[in-house]
Amino acid sequence: MIELILPAIVSCITAFFIVFLMTPPLIKFLKKRDLTVKDVNKKNNVMVVRPGGPSIIVGIIVSEIILYAFLQLNEILAIIITTSAAFVIGYIDDRKVMGGWFKPVALALAATPIIAFGAYNSDLAFPLFETVHIPILYLALIVFMIPITGNTINSIDVLNGVASGFMVIASFSLSICLFIVQNYEIAIVSLPLGFVSLAFYKYHKIPSKIFPGDSGALTLGAMYGAIAIVGGVEIIAAVALLPAVLNSFLFLSSIKRIVEHRQIKGKPVEHTENFLLKATDDKTAPVTLVRLILAGGPLSEKQVGFVIFKLAIFSGILAIITAFLMGVSF
Amino acid sequence: MKSGLFGFLFGMWILILVGGGIIVTILGPFSVSGFGELDWFIGSVIKAVIAISLVVLWIFILSKLKNWIFRKEIKS
Repeated sequence: MIELILPAIVSCITAFFIVFLMTPPLIKFLKKRDLTVKDVNKKNNVMVVRPGGPSIIVGIIVSEIILYAFLQLNEILAIIITTSAAFVIGYIDDRKVMGGWFKPVALALAATPIIAFGAYNSDLAFPLFETVHIPILYLALIVFMIPITGNTINSIDVLNGVASGFMVIASFSLSICLFIVQNYEIAIVSLPLGFVSLAFYKYHKIPSKIFPGDSGALTLGAMYGAIAIVGGVEIIAAVALLPAVLNSFLFLSSIKRIVEHRQIKGKPVEHTENFLLKATDDKTAPVTLVRLILAGGPLSEKQVGFVIFKLAIFSGILAIITAFLMGVSF
Repeated sequence: MKSGLFGFLFGMWILILVGGGIIVTILGPFSVSGFGELDWFIGSVIKAVIAISLVVLWIFILSKLKNWIFRKEIKS
């Protein structure tokens, strides 16, 4: 445990400062190339640069390579390759509009390094009831997990700062849970994800100076999923991610098919005269987490973001309780 | 509304705990014999079918819970 402190400190500082220092020049570069999109929740024609994925992936790769130098774990290599593949998939989607099935299928392929490196344990651990051995089924779980976590984080990236802020809360909750279940090495490996998200949040928070884009959101989500698998904390990770899972569930159960957000015609949210967010009555629009939050009345973008963060903290607490329950059995 | 969201998340959590219990209780001790070397494969296929059925059931219950908690908002 003591020998893990130095790698933990070095990798976390590296992860944070790479993203913190690299994002401003990235913003300038993207501005110069006019790679901007309209921030639809702002009054005037505010244009924001994207994608922020490149600074996020550099922070992750460098910090994880540092950890690999110290720990020599195959799990770290699997995380680096899977996360990098998710970044490439997201970057392709940032530059070119792809079909609704592109990301899930490509992300499923991105999960293969975890299988190839054998960086998993096919015992699925449940709170209160111990584990179940599912060798074949677990392979399917790995293939499904990365697309689910990647797209889930991507689908919650709808307001300034929400995706990165949510990831800060979810990933630190997951790290705490990994410490609770005494998986110290993977807990250390998971810490850079929280620090990368925290550094990016500085520029992504309202009013955003940069959007993560698909490359940023898929990178964060895929790394989260990869950590859950190699750390053997799939159920705990799902619990910490519940608000985002709820968002995807509401979306899919109202639309009843897998589509890109841009293919949806109906708008779930509109603006009031003073530019507060308000739920629409559009029956063709999907039911989303933001729409449900706004069902009680109009709120500012910042207020909606804080409600999502409160839900994330609540889920983080449930995840920590779940981690404690892992040690208890009937 | 916000309390409804917290309640729904709590409901999802409980369903995960209960679902986990069912999976471990049913799938854990489950084994197949009499097919020789295929025992392991057939056992895994049956486990997969049971697990997928449980996931479908989980989504169905979640859907009912969603309609019950958010019935007013979803109608509008």
